[in-house]
Amino acid sequence: MLKRLLWAVGGLPFLSSAAYAQGELDKAISDALAPIINPFVSLIFSPLPGSQAIFGTAFPWIVMWLVIAASVFTVYFGFIQFRGFKHSISLVRGDYLDPKDAGEVTPFQALCTALSGTVGLGNIAGVGVAVYLGGPGATFWMILAGLLGMASKFTECTLGVHYRNEYEDGTVSGGPMYYLTKGLAERGMAGLGKFLAVFFAICCIGGAFGGGNMFQANQSFSQISSIIPFFQGKGWLFGLIMAAIVGLVIIGGIKSIAKVTEKVVPFMAAIYVGSALLILILNVTELPGAISAIITGAFAPTAVAGGAVGALIQGFKRAAFSNEAGIGSASIAHSAVQTKHPATEGYVALLEPFIDTVVICTMTSLVITITGSWVPDSGVTGIALTSQAFESNFSFFGYVLAIAAVLFAFSTMISWSYYGLKAWTYLFGEGQSKELIFKLIFCIFVIIGSSMSLGPVIDFSDAMIFTMAIANIVGLYLLMPKVKELVADYQEKLASGEIKKVK
Amino acid sequence: MTDTYLVGFDGTAQARRAVEHAAARAKQSGAHVCVVLVIEWSPYSFHTPEELAERHKRREEELDRAQAMVQPLIDELKSSGVDASSEVRHGNAGDLLCQLASEKSATQIIIGRTGESGLAQRLLGGLVLTLAQVAPVPVTIVP
Repeated sequence: MLKRLLWAVGGLPFLSSAAYAQGELDKAISDALAPIINPFVSLIFSPLPGSQAIFGTAFPWIVMWLVIAASVFTVYFGFIQFRGFKHSISLVRGDYLDPKDAGEVTPFQALCTALSGTVGLGNIAGVGVAVYLGGPGATFWMILAGLLGMASKFTECTLGVHYRNEYEDGTVSGGPMYYLTKGLAERGMAGLGKFLAVFFAICCIGGAFGGGNMFQANQSFSQISSIIPFFQGKGWLFGLIMAAIVGLVIIGGIKSIAKVTEKVVPFMAAIYVGSALLILILNVTELPGAISAIITGAFAPTAVAGGAVGALIQGFKRAAFSNEAGIGSASIAHSAVQTKHPATEGYVALLEPFIDTVVICTMTSLVITITGSWVPDSGVTGIALTSQAFESNFSFFGYVLAIAAVLFAFSTMISWSYYGLKAWTYLFGEGQSKELIFKLIFCIFVIIGSSMSLGPVIDFSDAMIFTMAIANIVGLYLLMPKVKELVADYQEKLASGEIKKVK
Repeated sequence: MTDTYLVGFDGTAQARRAVEHAAARAKQSGAHVCVVLVIEWSPYSFHTPEELAERHKRREEELDRAQAMVQPLIDELKSSGVDASSEVRHGNAGDLLCQLASEKSATQIIIGRTGESGLAQRLLGGLVLTLAQVAPVPVTIVP
């Protein structure tokens, strides 16, 4: 099968050069999708009424929606992300693991899997976009959004575990679909719960195709084509190869590929953060300047469309896109953990936006800022900007980044294909042929994503990911008293010594 | 109080010899033989979301399979007049044998050796070397 695939892929360039001039197919795919995507995108990102008059720039209501939710959860749970931080670390280290549960999913494993779904191109390319459009000041807002987002993540992952389905065969299914249905039914709002769950599932499928797929394919192609000139203008070809590999894993069930990626990704993340740190150390004299550029840029930026509010919008948007707090996706991955107290998974999950946004995204944007790579209106954005920043110190870094980009993209796609599939089976029921249809569509979107230009892809991805937050956050508001109850119960048991450290 | 011998078992011929050795000693001393089967598992490995969702199911399957492997051995020991029990756990073989030795107040640990003398053994240390270094009770290595 692999052989046939290689033949097919190898034969395509000849076919294409005869039929199409470079990039023509890409453009055709792009043009065909624009009329479907555009109206939807403008609805999701429509500005708050009057925001133009008040802030001097259009403020998308959906960004406000996420930030307000994160702030509400932060206050409601009494700044749990700071108070509970130490406890989170100790849970991840396994200090509270019952030895009898050896062999089950540990908090560390659930955190890593959820992270491999979120740490991805959002941290490399997304930050590039944020700094390009919002200036260095966007970093400040990104960190703030990351810190607030920890409370959203805490809420949704606690609920994900509490309301998960445990089937007789020992498998589990969890996530917003389940807590929206079951949780709201408990509060006598079964109809609303069902409606929100279906709405969420539809959006989750869209998110899986958008941010979890097209954006990843698009940006890894962008990095690869800058290194291997052969691919320039042949996004569809790169997409085809990528789609074939993704297909091998999710349709062919070839776990070994996914296994290798899952093992390599953490090392790539370490190399990435390590290199960023090294660049910061090499340029340590510039560091105070960079930090001051970030702070002044946050409140009084120059050369940024929309001024301070423009920087804020970009920072908040890219933070949400990168750590997915309030979106509900990670709750699906966290639900598999072995725990007697759902609140423990909330504590574990709150580390996710911290690692993803407060640590990794900040590294990227500090590197961009410190190396002076940001040139407003230069057209260098996304992964190209990040790559340029790293290359200014390590000329070979483009290659490292290309490998990292492809691997991150790949692991994110595998995670999201699962999230999307869960939503799909929630809507249509389980069954081999139904699941196959979803997986095939997923592969087609890989090709579409790498063929289109960044602008429309990012718009579509953002819009899809953010629509998930509409249903999810309504549910979180309605269910937050339940979370409070679960947390209170857990803390009581901690205080009384019923739950003890085993190490 | 009777002595307890802890025997590491992984289904190989070498491990089988270790069990036989333990049984022979137990017949003389009247000690209890506890056969330990460890399913190698790390709390820090990485999984895809799909694997996480199936983990609980897989764990049960692994435990059943391991139990099915040990049970005939236990029956055999019992029928030959040795007081025997089994223990199936997930984790690291070295850590678990040491931990169980303390838990069950075992008087000795008996294991077979793999017989490899190559580079891999030297680098990875192997169970034999680990136990030789850290075991809380005397260790008998059966060739």
